Amino acid sequence: MSEKELDNVTGVETTGHEWDGIKELNNPMPRWWIYTFIVCCIWGFIYQFLYPSWPLINDYYKGYFNETQRDIIGAELKAIARDRSVFTERIKDADLVTIRNDNSMFEFAQAGGKAAFGDNCAPCHGTGAAGFVGYPNLNDDEWIWGGSLDEIHYTISFGVRGVHEDTRLNDMPAFLRDELLTKQEIDDVTTYVQSLSDRTITSNTAAQELYIDNCSTCHGEDGKGLREFGAPDLTDAISLYVTDRDSIIDIISYSRGGVMPTWRGRLDEATIKSLAIYVHTLGGGE
Amino acid sequence: MANETDNAATPNSDFQKGQIERAKVEAVNKAAGRSLYAPRKKIHPQRANGKFRTIKWFMMLFTLSIYYLTPWIRWDRGEGIPDQAILIDIVGRRFYFFFIEIWPQEVYYVTGLMIMGGIALFLVTSTAGRMWCGYSCPQTIWTDLFLVVERFFEGERNARLKLDKARWSFDKLFKRVAKHTVWILIALLTGGAWVFYFSDAPTLLNQLVHNTASFDAYLWIGLFSSFTYVFGGIAREQVCTYMCPWPRIQAVMMDEESLAVMYRHDRGEPRGPHKKNETWDNRGDCVQCRQCIVVCPMGIDIRDGLQLECIQCSLCIDACNNVMEKVGRPQGLIAYDSLKNFERRKKGEENRFRIIRPRTIIYSALLMIVSVFMLYTLMNRSELDVNILRDRNPLFVQLSSGNIRNGYTFKIMNKSTSIQKYSISAAGINNIDVRIDGVKEYTENGDPIVSVERDKLKSIKLYISAPRSELPADSKDITFTVKDIESETVDIQTTSFRGPKT
Repeated sequence: MSEKELDNVTGVETTGHEWDGIKELNNPMPRWWIYTFIVCCIWGFIYQFLYPSWPLINDYYKGYFNETQRDIIGAELKAIARDRSVFTERIKDADLVTIRNDNSMFEFAQAGGKAAFGDNCAPCHGTGAAGFVGYPNLNDDEWIWGGSLDEIHYTISFGVRGVHEDTRLNDMPAFLRDELLTKQEIDDVTTYVQSLSDRTITSNTAAQELYIDNCSTCHGEDGKGLREFGAPDLTDAISLYVTDRDSIIDIISYSRGGVMPTWRGRLDEATIKSLAIYVHTLGGGE
Repeated sequence: MANETDNAATPNSDFQKGQIERAKVEAVNKAAGRSLYAPRKKIHPQRANGKFRTIKWFMMLFTLSIYYLTPWIRWDRGEGIPDQAILIDIVGRRFYFFFIEIWPQEVYYVTGLMIMGGIALFLVTSTAGRMWCGYSCPQTIWTDLFLVVERFFEGERNARLKLDKARWSFDKLFKRVAKHTVWILIALLTGGAWVFYFSDAPTLLNQLVHNTASFDAYLWIGLFSSFTYVFGGIAREQVCTYMCPWPRIQAVMMDEESLAVMYRHDRGEPRGPHKKNETWDNRGDCVQCRQCIVVCPMGIDIRDGLQLECIQCSLCIDACNNVMEKVGRPQGLIAYDSLKNFERRKKGEENRFRIIRPRTIIYSALLMIVSVFMLYTLMNRSELDVNILRDRNPLFVQLSSGNIRNGYTFKIMNKSTSIQKYSISAAGINNIDVRIDGVKEYTENGDPIVSVERDKLKSIKLYISAPRSELPADSKDITFTVKDIESETVDIQTTSFRGPKT
């Protein structure tokens, strides 16, 4: 169409395109919109030049800046480690009581310990450190190996029945399997052990003698346990395993013992110290 | 397309020699044929003289003084706390306003202030139209300021129109460069003043002078300077007409009794040129001099009626009053008036200005309620704030003695200006043992005492153990009382103490 045609209603020029009698009005895009669009297009090309953009046959175009997210993350992680090293260096060299009493170090160790606990300890001890059957609750005031900062630090460092030569090691005999006691004797001792923590159960002197002969070396004559042997207190309300009669008979007959890994070598010293601080402040620290 | 030259409405015969200045113009944004697609036409408002212009000069002086001087007001708050009267301390997460110090969680005070501002705006609009737009909006103030500069370098309206059309010459180049340079300087001063609200002003000024300020400061100065330059110098009326939502909202705030700058068409029409000694009978007072159009910064013709574009700056009132004086007619052909008054005059009644109406009463009442509420909360603002988080993992711990222990994290905020000691006591369960690691001080009742530094939040871990026998169900309420020992301010909170399922 060579002639300009004006729409009657709006007074706007038509484009000359017609579909079933409907004509298109020639309302051009706003100028600012066009300019913005053009600037965006130009920017698109600049961006492709500056940053990784095009796949090549064996490689890809790396861009003028040669930037990769992987490198950025790496650099950021290094920067974080460098920032933290102020504290980690100090924590590594300081003794635990000093860390506990120094506000800034304590807060850092507390936070770092919590994170490390979640990563390394939570699978067995639980995210809240409440433990499971066979895995001790770290919140309470019962400690098999001791709940002071140094004892906790030692346990974490070397583990229990771990691979290190200094690892915590306790080995309760399997009284039935090793034929140290008969089934009847085990039954009697079980009654005695139950009576230690439950006043409603009464035992007899024969059973007490059996206990003293076989168990008191480690658990103590009063049943309160001995930490140097890692022998738990049998008189209190806390037990590592289930406390019904059959379970106790089972433990005495066949023995039991979990394993805690040796963390020295797997975690750095600052992290282990942070963990010791964190566990100590869960509420049961001595 | 509107014609630049005059159309039939303004034949040459209109321009008789007379004592009043006549302009041969159409309003740039005249109501008829207004199009969203039309390209922008530059507006060159002439300077008005009169009562309202004077008020506007004072408003400009007043608001600019507030803007530039406020950050330099000092307010002593004691050692270690900023002494700037109004300071938005983003890094320190505090908002200082004279005697008030607001923490981030108290941002509702700021919300309250904004609500008050909003209602005040409604009230003013329903009473007297767009007072805010016309007199105190930064957009208006800075545009006015930029116009002063433009007028200084390029002359009055006609000179500017001529300069626009003129070919590029040294003179034109000089005028334009000078104008834009001063604009940019003003913009930089504006953006520069803004950052002082967010940092200690003297320190920051010193840093800016020695070019050692933080990147953020330069970024914000740059941002605000460019916006000032673009909005005040270049975009001007476009900001009000196309960017600002307020012109659209204000229409619903107004009613037929609201005052607004209006052309009294009942008096002015039929309009037409008037020769000296001609009779005023059977004609309106409008002499078609178009001075109202010439001074309008929004490029409208006020005689088209109330328009969205009109910021009600009242400059057309000044322009018209001057003309009316010269032709010997009463002032107020363009004046603050209400729609209702048009009806009243039609019926032969007197003009009335009803400021007290249900609408203004409601807005005033709302404003009062919010103000009183804000004042009340501000006066009763506690300087102690306690949040208690119950340990959930584990919910409770069984101790070797058979007792049940629960852990709580106390977050104690000391909003006062000195170090404070707080005693913590628990009630609701008998025979409990309260333990906080590291506490050495206790009250006479044996409650532990913790101290929190001024203006700080302290997190405290508290352990409560109770015999199993005190816990008949698996949960029992426990009430903690945190008491400021010196001022006896108390914060009481109830939470639960949990044990095994029975």
